[in-house]
Amino acid sequence: MTTDRSVVVNSLGVGLATGTYGVSFGAISTASGLSVMQTCVLSLLVFTGASQFAFIGIIASGGNPITGAFTAILLGSRNLFYGLSLAPKLDLDGPARLASAHLVIDESTAMAVTRETKRQTRLGFYWTGISIFILWNATTFAGALAGNAIGDPRTYGLDAAVGAAFLALLWPRLDSWYARSIALLAAAVALGVVPVTAAGVPIIIGGGAAVILGMLWHPKDQDE
Amino acid sequence: MSDVWVGIVVMSVGCFALKYAGLSVPERVLKHPVTERAAGLIPVALLGALIAVQVFADGSSIRIDARLLGLGVAAVLLTLRVPFLPVVVGAALAAALVRLG
Repeated sequence: MTTDRSVVVNSLGVGLATGTYGVSFGAISTASGLSVMQTCVLSLLVFTGASQFAFIGIIASGGNPITGAFTAILLGSRNLFYGLSLAPKLDLDGPARLASAHLVIDESTAMAVTRETKRQTRLGFYWTGISIFILWNATTFAGALAGNAIGDPRTYGLDAAVGAAFLALLWPRLDSWYARSIALLAAAVALGVVPVTAAGVPIIIGGGAAVILGMLWHPKDQDE
Repeated sequence: MSDVWVGIVVMSVGCFALKYAGLSVPERVLKHPVTERAAGLIPVALLGALIAVQVFADGSSIRIDARLLGLGVAAVLLTLRVPFLPVVVGAALAAALVRLG
């Protein structure tokens, strides 16, 4: 039997581990040309890591911010499905739903949906979500100030850090040859169109092509 | 810079709307196998494309440089189950050191 206490402790552990990497987001964001204010507003209002990294990655490579926003929203579409599995267990309406929706992210969902009782689902969701929200925003601000102060980001390898951050976000999903093929296909198509399209567009074309192919080609044993 | 603000607003509204819709939409609407498949594929495909562009693209040309070394270092660290932040720092450090030399 899992105790409430252990749910809270585990949630705070995940919160601490995840929340602190806002410092890398803050540093890379200001080094990519965003202001400290823009960087902090992103963490406050968007509050979903992969989408934020996607947006600044596209800005850094000279892409159109609207293309960046579109890619970020596509990437954030998984939160829709997290909300779906959380909804019956959190059982929210009105202002509570509005406020809680902001906390629907990878980690808060992971720490909530596996719980056996509604009470522990809520404990996992809120302790994880709120601790990440506080830390993520605080460390974003710290990282943004640091990134602003250091000059050319390439001297510090910050351009390489963005690719590494994406790879770390992708890694847990590369658990089958099928997933690895999809990711590689998206990468290959994206690189193929780099010379002939505007910055940011290859990501949508490569990602889109891989999703379409994945919808058409799915071995039976990979069905969930 | 105001274009960036427009992007930020669009993204904030879009990302929040998705989160809120998930908590609000009746389950049967999205519990379709096709929708679920697409939902699983989108992050993998987009992140795959993002990594490739981030590491190899330089404007509209392809360039191999210290970023690839950074990615290799990240892959090795991830294989060793190193957590997120040290992976990112390790990759940056590798790229920075190579550029020094």
